[in-house]
Amino acid sequence: MIEIKNLRAAIDGKEILKGINLTVKPGEVHAIMGPNGSGKSTLAQVLAGREEYEVLEGSVTFNGKDLLDMAPEDRAREGMFLAFQYPIEIPGVSNVNLLKNAVNEIKKYRGEEQLDAMDFLKMMKEKMKLVEMPQDLLNRSVNEGFSGGEKKRNEVFQMAVLDPKLAVLDETDSGLDIDALRIVANGVNSLRKPDNSFIVVTHYQRLLDYIVPDFVHVLYKGRIIKSGDKSLALFLEEKGYDWVKDHVEEFMAV
Amino acid sequence: MSNTAEFKKWYAENFKKFEANLNGESKLPIHQTRKVALEKFLELKFPTLKDEEWKYTNVTPILAHKFDDILVTAPAAAKVELEKYLFNRENFYTIVFINGVYDAANSDEVDAPGITLCNLKTAIVKYPEEVNNYIGKFAKIENSIFTALSTAYINDGVFLKVKSGKALDKPVQVLYVNSGGNNLLIQPRNLFVIGKNAIAKVVESYYAEGESVYFTNSVTETYVDEHGILEHVKIQEESEKAFHISTTEIDVERESKYSSYNINFGGTLVRNDLNARFNGEYGHVTLNGLYLGQGQQHIDNHTLIDHAMPNCESHEMYKGVLDDASRAVFNGKVYVKKDAQKTNAFQENKNVILSDDARVDTKPQLEIFADDVKCSHGATIGRLSGESLFYLRARGIGEELAKAMIINAFANDAVHTISIDEVRGRIEDRVAVKLSK
Repeated sequence: MIEIKNLRAAIDGKEILKGINLTVKPGEVHAIMGPNGSGKSTLAQVLAGREEYEVLEGSVTFNGKDLLDMAPEDRAREGMFLAFQYPIEIPGVSNVNLLKNAVNEIKKYRGEEQLDAMDFLKMMKEKMKLVEMPQDLLNRSVNEGFSGGEKKRNEVFQMAVLDPKLAVLDETDSGLDIDALRIVANGVNSLRKPDNSFIVVTHYQRLLDYIVPDFVHVLYKGRIIKSGDKSLALFLEEKGYDWVKDHVEEFMAV
Repeated sequence: MSNTAEFKKWYAENFKKFEANLNGESKLPIHQTRKVALEKFLELKFPTLKDEEWKYTNVTPILAHKFDDILVTAPAAAKVELEKYLFNRENFYTIVFINGVYDAANSDEVDAPGITLCNLKTAIVKYPEEVNNYIGKFAKIENSIFTALSTAYINDGVFLKVKSGKALDKPVQVLYVNSGGNNLLIQPRNLFVIGKNAIAKVVESYYAEGESVYFTNSVTETYVDEHGILEHVKIQEESEKAFHISTTEIDVERESKYSSYNINFGGTLVRNDLNARFNGEYGHVTLNGLYLGQGQQHIDNHTLIDHAMPNCESHEMYKGVLDDASRAVFNGKVYVKKDAQKTNAFQENKNVILSDDARVDTKPQLEIFADDVKCSHGATIGRLSGESLFYLRARGIGEELAKAMIINAFANDAVHTISIDEVRGRIEDRVAVKLSK
């Protein structure tokens, strides 16, 4: 699905990612954990194509294509999706309008037939059920006046509609209460298929109780210092990031 | 200074020819109004950047031209494909002027019980008292040299009178189109009188074929009597070399409602003045505006809302999108007089700048002398948000479409309450086309 090799990236001249190596295969769920400032969100943004970040070195191959060479929209059209940590409010652009344009642009890129209005609405209704999304949020301006939970739910809803091959969830759990977390996680789980993959970026182990990962990676100071299975997340939860910071070598050796 | 003197001399001399071409209409009482206005025109100072009201708008380029009044030098007859500029004729009463000259064949005059819609020239002859009761009463010649010039040369425009309790069954579209005539002075003079408990909707539109240099100096007086409702849309898309100066006077009586949508796409030098006065309690005024600046365009909107009476409400939202080396000016005055308690007045001016060379000067000016009021104002000048753009692109939407979605949404916010679907749709489509260039 995606192969990240020695990826180094900087913002405002400051190097944040210092050589990331990660391979995700179809059907896999990878969790990326780490303390604040370790580079988790930077990795997510770089994969989505945020232009403020400068790629210094390395390569990212997405389904055989050079991802770093693509504009953000082309990455999305190739099947990449980023669920934003802080979803943006866009006054005057309705959720429906955004999704209709997005679906049509993606279909156009892939040479597929555009959806007619009826089919589009039908699809929207099905996907709304997945994330228990209230109807009125559809016609409201994108994220404007949404609560924190509604914004995150809206990200998962958009993901469900666009049906990506690889979804990167950037701290989708932050700021959610337990009910919202359950709804979001149920949505994600219902979208898991043998041919799509997820990279779940999170600070806490809690989300991984609901979205069970195949692999867990620990990002620290711009590098993945340890990889393992879901038990690694539990270990981190028990010890805490401060322990990791103080015992980096011991942790890497465990 | 010599320019100003020549400018005045030119229009003073032409006035004699204008008079001669009135064909006896100079014997009607309105001619006295013209003559007084000419005197005032000669007295008044031509505005310069030193005048507070013209601080950011240099109108002296107008002095470099000797424009021909259409009654002095009749423009050549012209054929214009009107359909391009007209809304669906079945759904509107249409009044057409080509190069300032009334096109009776293409216009729908209404002479029904309680409702009169015709060109002003006809009204001056047929209903001289009706016209004299209102004309020049709201647009005062001493307030502006351009209003004085308009009044001195009162000739044609639209007259609409809806009497008490009557509702106009269709909106009116007034079309002023320049067919490519150069050097013309076109002075539309409109009078909209909405009686007690009467209702009307009017769309004024200004278009041009080609890139002629001409000067539109329009004055519109609107009066809405008690419980009356007037929705007034103005779409200005003059040639990119045209001068457009317009003054709209708005007088609203007790419990009446007036909404304005002032849309500006065209012109090289544009100045709109809208002055609204509450003459009674519980009145409601909306002044919305939208301007798209491109190339070297200069678009200036000055609005004034005079809360002279208590318990009135005003809403104002002006939005601008400025590209290339265009400039916009917004000045929004809101006066809340001492006795105007329980006033609600809200004003907003928001601008998006798409180029390093574009510029906006915005000045909200609230003067509040009552203490029990709710008033707010806000002015912003910003760039297109990179975050919003990235968010849409990350969903697979191409950069150009993403930009268009964000800017269109921003702009259309000022027009989404227009009640005539076809008009709102036409404006939104035009916004999309203009911005995609």
